[in-house]
Amino acid sequence: MGIELLSFLSKRKKHSGNEDSRLPTIEPEVVPEYNEGFQEGENKVIRLVSNKKVNKVYKVTGIEDVASKNNWKAWLYLAPVVVLISVFLLYPLVNTIFISFAKNYKYATGQFDGFTFENFGVIFGWVTVGKGGTENYFLKYAVPNTLIITFVTVPVSILLALIISVALNSIKWFQKFLQTVFFLPYVTNAVAIGLVFSVIFDKAGVINFLFHSNTTWVFGADRWVAMIPLCSYIVWNSIPFKILILLSGLQGIDKQYYQAAQIDSCPKAKTLWKITVPLLSPQILYLMITSFIGSFKEYTSIVAIFNGPGTYGKASESDPNMETIVYYVYDQVEKQSTSLAAAAGVFLFVIILAFTFLQFGVSKKRVHY
Amino acid sequence: MAKEVLEAEQAVNYIDFKNVRVNPNITLSIAESGKTVASIKRREKIIHIVTTILTYIFILALALTVMFPFYWMIITSLKQNDEIMNSTQTFFPNIVMWSNYVYVFETFNFTGYMFNTIIVAIFSTLGTLLTTIFAAFAFARLEFKGRDALFMIFLMTMMIPGEMMVISNYLTVNAFGWIKDQTRVDAYLAMIVPFAVSVFHIYLLRQNFKQIPNELYLAAKVDGKSDWSFLWKVMVPLAAPTLISITILKFMGTWNSYVWPNLVTKNEDFRLISNGLRGSAFQDVDRGVTEYGYQMAASFCVTVPLFLLFVFFRKYIMKGVGRAGIKG
Repeated sequence: MGIELLSFLSKRKKHSGNEDSRLPTIEPEVVPEYNEGFQEGENKVIRLVSNKKVNKVYKVTGIEDVASKNNWKAWLYLAPVVVLISVFLLYPLVNTIFISFAKNYKYATGQFDGFTFENFGVIFGWVTVGKGGTENYFLKYAVPNTLIITFVTVPVSILLALIISVALNSIKWFQKFLQTVFFLPYVTNAVAIGLVFSVIFDKAGVINFLFHSNTTWVFGADRWVAMIPLCSYIVWNSIPFKILILLSGLQGIDKQYYQAAQIDSCPKAKTLWKITVPLLSPQILYLMITSFIGSFKEYTSIVAIFNGPGTYGKASESDPNMETIVYYVYDQVEKQSTSLAAAAGVFLFVIILAFTFLQFGVSKKRVHY
Repeated sequence: MAKEVLEAEQAVNYIDFKNVRVNPNITLSIAESGKTVASIKRREKIIHIVTTILTYIFILALALTVMFPFYWMIITSLKQNDEIMNSTQTFFPNIVMWSNYVYVFETFNFTGYMFNTIIVAIFSTLGTLLTTIFAAFAFARLEFKGRDALFMIFLMTMMIPGEMMVISNYLTVNAFGWIKDQTRVDAYLAMIVPFAVSVFHIYLLRQNFKQIPNELYLAAKVDGKSDWSFLWKVMVPLAAPTLISITILKFMGTWNSYVWPNLVTKNEDFRLISNGLRGSAFQDVDRGVTEYGYQMAASFCVTVPLFLLFVFFRKYIMKGVGRAGIKG
């Protein structure tokens, strides 16, 4: 359905004037004029005999006529949704963009003095705040951490999910059972399993025991080392959904392609790369977009594992060295510096939009629908 | 020259040996390679068996890795803290400490958080279902000015990261007076109302409603039924699987929601289960170490209800996730 949504969206854009492009449009039949042997003034009966079975065509007509008088009724049905979406989706969007550009915005009264780019300047450390210091956590930690998480977990999890689902698709016994096993990480509480990961990666934990090392992974760890438990948790948590999507895609691939490859004695790796991957490309694109967006918004996993923005937990004197962009936003909301939160939020929005369009652009060449 | 080659190629008759039964007495020798059909078949069979075994080993190893955190959670929840902190880790508890669970139920306000979570889940699910059904019906069956434009706007809101909304929504909820001097009802309202609508679910249900044939609608019209009764008597029952999926996903979403409840609730007693789990410090005050055994026991208690839900509604969850791909 997700893929359907993508193609639906792209189709929508192309001919938005069309009522619903998904419905088969019925072309008006062109009736050729039958003139042969027909003379004016002479009555001649022509019997038209068809030996074709008439295909019944269900055409969407008439409904509009019945319902169109109920214009106000439709708005009555829509009223709750329109109200909720305006209050909790559209207004916040506009308001957040507004706050991010407002100077000295007071959230309690709504007062502000004109528009500036100052808030963005502050989060990027170009403008000094308060007692002459600069706010440097955003560029130092939040943005790089988010990018690292994204560019590590998205490819790794998609690749792993692809391998697992190809393997799952090729086996006969226990396929359903194993599929369920691989889906289990999805139905968990993110915080609960985050706690489990921090126990597993504890200094006296099972990972250090198994690999005979003495590394500090989580509490008090180096930022780069602490990325390993974090990324492995995110990958573990995001794989089930990807396997589900890819497996349903794999099961929809026509067996003939593989038989053709077999006749040509094509090696397995080449079959995977030249047949499976291209035919799965809509699913892969969908997963890329959703998981890119998802990993840009990583927050709960960090709270769950580290219990705070940095490897020292909530200790306020330490650097928030595991912070992500979204963590920064929430942190600023809690500190009631709404302007900075709004600026960071708008920055995130722009990045996500840019990435999404970039991927759509690339996909036009690479994806075979 | 080229033409001759082409003709020669066409003259060769290929035989598909897979579909032709070859007399076992005949040994087909494939030119110059020295292979026979039997030897090729044997070789293929061996390769097939080997790859199958390797695939199974690979899959099972990965499955064990995936299951490992669950296993570790359960056994750690049954261990003594000394055993957990020991340099030699055990893969089964030396002494099974059921008392960890007793302790967790006595100190961790499990039932309180559970109650909050269930209340919020029920009401936000009900709200979502109602708004979704109405909106999907209007978009799928009714005709009004600006319908497509409005639907496009709705779809576009899905692109906006929810984190952007949090900032303003916090101010909005605050303006509604649900945060200052918060009562229990205020806290619930603040957690329910902003999530009583989901654009994706509207999209999902609209697609489902559109598949219901128009003949049914016309028949209902002929029988003098109103739109309202058609919606509840025909469309909702027909779309029941989608509605069940929406319900379960929404419930799972509430079970997992952490950020928003953490932001809007001011009293520990009003929080949801995820907040309670993260906020509860199972610490040994004397030694300043976290009591992992208790922590894991609490984690297990939080995970089990979701597992039970999964066991009973596996089909709906997997179908719903495949379509929606989002929790909540």
